[in-house]
Amino acid sequence: MDDTINDVQEKKSFKDKYSKISEKATPYIFIAPFYILFLIFGLFPIVFSAILAFSKWDGIGEVQFTGLENFKTLLADTDFWLSIKNTLIIWVIQTVPMLVIALVLAFLINLSIVKRKEFYKTTFFLPYVTSVVAVTILFGLIFSNQSGLINAVLELLGKEPIAFIDSPFWIRIIIALVGIWQYLGYNMIIYYSGLQKIPADYYEAAIIDGASNYQLFTKITVPLLKPIILFTVMMSTIGGLQVFAEAQVLVPTNATAEGGALTIVYYIYQTAFLQSRYGYGSTITWGLVVIILIISLINWYLTSYRIKGEDD
Amino acid sequence: MKKLSLSTIVIRFTLIVGAIFSLFPFYWMIVMASRTNSEIFAIPPYLTLGGHLIENTIIVLTETNFFQAFLNTVFYAVVSTILILFFDSLAGYTFAKMKFKGKKILFVFLLATMMIPGQINIIPQFIMMDWMGWVGSYNALIIPGMANAFGIFWIKQYCENAIPDSIIEAAKMDGCSTFGTYWRIGIPILKPALSFLAIYSFIGAWNNYTWPLIILNDESKYVISLALTRLQGLYFTDYPLVITGTLISTIPVLLIFFFFSRQLMAGITDGAVKE
Repeated sequence: MDDTINDVQEKKSFKDKYSKISEKATPYIFIAPFYILFLIFGLFPIVFSAILAFSKWDGIGEVQFTGLENFKTLLADTDFWLSIKNTLIIWVIQTVPMLVIALVLAFLINLSIVKRKEFYKTTFFLPYVTSVVAVTILFGLIFSNQSGLINAVLELLGKEPIAFIDSPFWIRIIIALVGIWQYLGYNMIIYYSGLQKIPADYYEAAIIDGASNYQLFTKITVPLLKPIILFTVMMSTIGGLQVFAEAQVLVPTNATAEGGALTIVYYIYQTAFLQSRYGYGSTITWGLVVIILIISLINWYLTSYRIKGEDD
Repeated sequence: MKKLSLSTIVIRFTLIVGAIFSLFPFYWMIVMASRTNSEIFAIPPYLTLGGHLIENTIIVLTETNFFQAFLNTVFYAVVSTILILFFDSLAGYTFAKMKFKGKKILFVFLLATMMIPGQINIIPQFIMMDWMGWVGSYNALIIPGMANAFGIFWIKQYCENAIPDSIIEAAKMDGCSTFGTYWRIGIPILKPALSFLAIYSFIGAWNNYTWPLIILNDESKYVISLALTRLQGLYFTDYPLVITGTLISTIPVLLIFFFFSRQLMAGITDGAVKE
């Protein structure tokens, strides 16, 4: 008899213990997938990429450690500097007009005299869901030399056609335009919902004081939207420095020859996947990381400086 | 009502110009897809719809691997969306509604991973996929992305307000397991948040280009973005066919947009504009 009671008690305590452990482990199990995936496909690759950046490797033979060799090559590599220049130019001519126009449009739609707000919001946002490849092909054809809409119009006006895609000057503008078309409405929607949170009293009081629309915009809208503007600048910077698909679809072969379309990520793609230079490709990647870091620091410095300045 | 002042006219004009800028490329896409090649080369250009849309569509769907790529993309987008919904909601729910040691640090760490530029990983990830024999397979497309920090963060934010602790307590007293509580109580309440995440993930997968370009080498496995560039290479002198493919590839996301545009816009602003 004693034995069976003991058995039952032991079983019970074992069950208790087990359920206690499992109860404690449950949350960790539930969140584990993300962390496991990050370790395998996020953290390990970063370490691996850092090692590759100091090595020479074609993907098949031995990994040769070459020390700072790759970084010396990088600093003297004119294609690398060209890719930085292209990326920065595209980023600026895309981001600045896009954010300014998005802010103005959001402000206008938010005005009480504007009707059909939903229509405008939906229409402007529509391009955001399209794929970068589809949009780029479309824009490539609109700007095409042979049958492009723009050149047809130029011809009708008696002007010479322009070789948009072959021109380093124009190709950057077209790549920027693709981005503006796709993300203008996205940024506008974000600004618009930020505007909705600004109390209407502010505007009403200013209007009673005789403020013009322009003054409402510069004295109320812009200052109060600052955190949101900062968010969109950050997002556009991250996106802008990673431009690749637009350039690769417009100029699929040898971007170097065309000059203007060689962005940093395009150069990484060429070096690593078309030439199998995985070591040097990784070095360029780290060059990109340094640039992203520097620009983020400048962003951060400028904005914190501005805010300090305004307190005075 | 007579006060149609100059500024009102300027405002309306600006908005209409903006709307045309947004809509015109879609219109032009349909115009070009409905024309023949010789019509496209005409000067002055035809600005209205032609009669060859169906013919062009049939050629693209039957004479290329475009239909296959369409099905491939549906498979890839659906499977990866379902996995993202499951893993992100489970983790987001856990962070919002369960107590455990190290929660705060783990969550800050999760947010920090969002700051890492994705480009660092492309080369080493490709090499790893090669080691694992995943180059050319959908494993490489789906598995690394099946749980992501953005989705977890988003679900957690939503959970905190939407699911009262008392309901979870009640479920526990009734003998519901932790997973059962998440599944039977959490999921139904999370539906609005999940539907945004689903639309967002599906569109993201549908439009994905760079990683498929690197990882897929077999044309029978191409997703639609790759098939499009392939189409451009094949028919680079036959513009209507290229643009018909572009139109076909855009239709699914446009349909989603027409049904869920409000939800999509609301979700995106929720993520960006916080109190």
